[in-house]
Amino acid sequence: MIPRPKPERFRLRRTMMFMNAQKPGLIKDAYIYGADSIMLDLEDAVAENQKDAARFSLYHALTTIDYGDTEVIVRINGLDTPHWREDIRVCVAGGADGIRIAKCESAQDVKTVEAATLAAEKEFGVEEGRTLLMAALESPKGILNAYEICTASDRLFGVAISGGDYRKCMQVGVVPGGIEMLAARGQMLIAARAAGVQCFDTVFTNLDDAEGFEAEVRQNKEMGFDGKSLINPKQIPVVHRIFAPTQKEIAAAEKIVRAMRENAEKGVGVFTVDGKMIDVAFLPGAERTIKLAKASGIYEGDL
Amino acid sequence: MKNAVGREIPDYLLTGGREVYQGKNHMDGREFTKAAPTVKRYEAPRETKLASSIREALEQCGAKSGMTFSFHHHLRDGDYVMNLVMAEAVAMGLTDLTIAASSTGAAHDPIAQYIKDGIVVGLQTSGIRGKMGEVVSQGYLKTPAILRSHGGRPRAIEAGEVHIDIAFVAAPTADKMGNCKGWGGKSDCGSMGYAMTDAKYADKVVVITDCLVDYPNMPASVEAIDVDAVVVVDEIGNPKKIASAAARMTQNPRDLMMAEDCARVMEATPYFKDGFSFQTGVGGPSLAVNRFLENRMVEKGIKMGFAIGGITTPMVELLKKGLVGKVIDVQDFDLGAVESIGRTPGHCEMSASQYANPANKGAFVNQLDFVILAALEVDTDFNVNVLTGSDGVLRGAPGGHPDTAAGSKCCIIVTPLVRGRMATVCEKVVTVTTPGDCVDVVVTDYGIAVNPLRQDIIGWLDAAGIKHVTIESLKEKAYSMVGRPEELQWEDKVVAVMEARDGTILDVVRQIKPYSFD
Amino acid sequence: MGTSTKGKKRRKKGCVEMKLTKPAVAGTLESSDAQVTVEPGPEGIELSIQSSVLNQYGKQIRATVLETLERLEITAAKVAVVDKGALDCTLKARVECAVFRGCGQSDSNIPWGGAVK
Repeated sequence: MIPRPKPERFRLRRTMMFMNAQKPGLIKDAYIYGADSIMLDLEDAVAENQKDAARFSLYHALTTIDYGDTEVIVRINGLDTPHWREDIRVCVAGGADGIRIAKCESAQDVKTVEAATLAAEKEFGVEEGRTLLMAALESPKGILNAYEICTASDRLFGVAISGGDYRKCMQVGVVPGGIEMLAARGQMLIAARAAGVQCFDTVFTNLDDAEGFEAEVRQNKEMGFDGKSLINPKQIPVVHRIFAPTQKEIAAAEKIVRAMRENAEKGVGVFTVDGKMIDVAFLPGAERTIKLAKASGIYEGDL
Repeated sequence: MKNAVGREIPDYLLTGGREVYQGKNHMDGREFTKAAPTVKRYEAPRETKLASSIREALEQCGAKSGMTFSFHHHLRDGDYVMNLVMAEAVAMGLTDLTIAASSTGAAHDPIAQYIKDGIVVGLQTSGIRGKMGEVVSQGYLKTPAILRSHGGRPRAIEAGEVHIDIAFVAAPTADKMGNCKGWGGKSDCGSMGYAMTDAKYADKVVVITDCLVDYPNMPASVEAIDVDAVVVVDEIGNPKKIASAAARMTQNPRDLMMAEDCARVMEATPYFKDGFSFQTGVGGPSLAVNRFLENRMVEKGIKMGFAIGGITTPMVELLKKGLVGKVIDVQDFDLGAVESIGRTPGHCEMSASQYANPANKGAFVNQLDFVILAALEVDTDFNVNVLTGSDGVLRGAPGGHPDTAAGSKCCIIVTPLVRGRMATVCEKVVTVTTPGDCVDVVVTDYGIAVNPLRQDIIGWLDAAGIKHVTIESLKEKAYSMVGRPEELQWEDKVVAVMEARDGTILDVVRQIKPYSFD
Repeated sequence: MGTSTKGKKRRKKGCVEMKLTKPAVAGTLESSDAQVTVEPGPEGIELSIQSSVLNQYGKQIRATVLETLERLEITAAKVAVVDKGALDCTLKARVECAVFRGCGQSDSNIPWGGAVK
């Protein structure tokens, strides 16, 4: 069994790529494209009569393939299906980093999964609390309950909106510019930030529309998303490029981090950098910028 | 005797001055006398060379048992001509025949039976697949097949190592005296580059066409002055299989990732400057390199001087956009290329000898800056196999691989690290078809490896910040995924000789033993 | 075809009670996959293997299939593997799934990390 490091609740998750857990040729090395997270899918990608087979494949993939630094999340079947309990057992036994709860509508849904996860951790002798959770909001009800979902569990690292089902519920199609999703994206973002968890946008399914994809990713960044769910590896470099900080942002972040360190030694808490008042509240943002710059392969400094 | 790539070559093959492979450019500067065909004078004017049938042409040309017939493969999987001619030869009761083809493929499955029946006893080709590959691997061919590169073949013909008694030219258009072209008919193939040397060095030349055009069919690829007979048949091939519709650019993310890495490697070398020259294969990732090159050329404000090789639509499009000076074409792989040759200014035809022959006074491959090639296997000595499968059976084509690798300044092999359960980067390739001293860079989906012989390239990649790893580490990664393969089990009998482009022996392929679990 | 009487008794991890009751198949004939068919047999394992990589991996494939069957305590069965270049982890997954299906027990309470590992 390949030992995986303990999952990190708040890590970089710009790109979360779906992979059919039932396709051996795909999952054997899904990490080579450089996604921050891969999401092995037991739900929509797997036919109803192959759910069992997909779990066996998933188990051996999780335990024998070295995914390195790539986070491995598993999307389980909805709580309204007969599959989700066994899905959770295999995720935990195989050592997945996290579980994506499909069609999550309430804090209770998260708690239900959390309880089953804890039971599985006990059953399989996995460190209790190791397995992270994320929730996919796919319905108006899920969006309305975003805040209670975001605060339902200490294991929960973030929420993602799932556009396909949400649009169906709202009786709208895909609109360039995203007006049809604006309220939902906004509400979910506000809830996630209020709860202190991450927030991810939905997939963009028209692979031939490179321009549309870029525009949506830009909007995601401007709205404050942490990352995006993807369906094809060729989308990865685009997101990483757009989410990368500018050289100006990096320089400013560097200054803040350095000044913070110097002043901390002197015992000074508030000071100015380039004429702006800076205190400890600016540090996490600056550190995030540096981390993002490093992950984007554009950081040349020594922090 | 062991050769320069560490392969044991049986002494009984080393007769008549035949040597083992001793390294790149080993024969440089050697002098030799070219062979000459015995030809018949057609001094008295005659109205036509049309023969009523293939049988009549064979009889006119004095076809008899023991002869060597040559064929070319521009009609690819759609070729009917080799089968038509061989069926007629067999019907005439000829036997002990040798086929010297520029390549063979799936279209030639019927020949396998003639090999089994002992009618075809010799085979010289640049490619062998399907049933023919199977029966040769099973040891049915009386003499070992000789595999040559596209440059090695005209070299051997010009040196007289292959003497062609009758060359058969499959011509999309021909006139009654035998001037042929690869376009303007109903079964167009574009360039006829591989047929050109055959026509000059064969004793007799028979043109087979399904589109007779008015005399003179000029400019001609194969000229009437070399032709003995012209036969009109219903169809020389299946146009749908000759050339696929425009080779679709791959959408496979793995291929695209590797293609972009190839382009990055190219860009990091000083060869990537205005006027550079380039060849790429037709495999998914190789072909996709075109796309990434285009962006980089435009960004850098440079143009390609010329491109050579088997040509596909993406290269024709670059030519039409003015990003390439000349496209020099020995064979066409898709309809876009077929339709362009002879029509798009700057898209020219060349012979196989002009393309790749190491024994003439400087082939096009010698002027190549870059070539991008695929591989079935690459080993830790950078030797490449494009001929034998992981089961040891003949199923591939050295083609222009060894020639372009040897001639170019920077030869990049692009291949996924594993295919299914086959490790592409391995300890020892089954058969060496391109020697490692000609291979410079290997690009895989798990990393880039540079041949340590090319410290200059290593320096350029480092300077450009392009990560690279050792070929050994790629091999280990591959084996960690698929497991270490068992050694293949061979009989003693040599079923094929892989000749290096210079005429020395690079490797041999032996008969494969049936697999046993014990 | 008769059904097993012991049926749905909850299994403990690593302690399976497996009885093949019907023929079952798992996997596909796609590249990198393997299709495994199991049938109840009178005694012993009757194994047939077809593989696109037989010459290089035949013995490893056989060993993996037999080990997996042994771990599942299947001692009497007819097993056919049509391999299209599957990695070991895929082979195991297909054999296990076919066996659990053949026992009518593939949907829940799989002994992950026990007999399945």
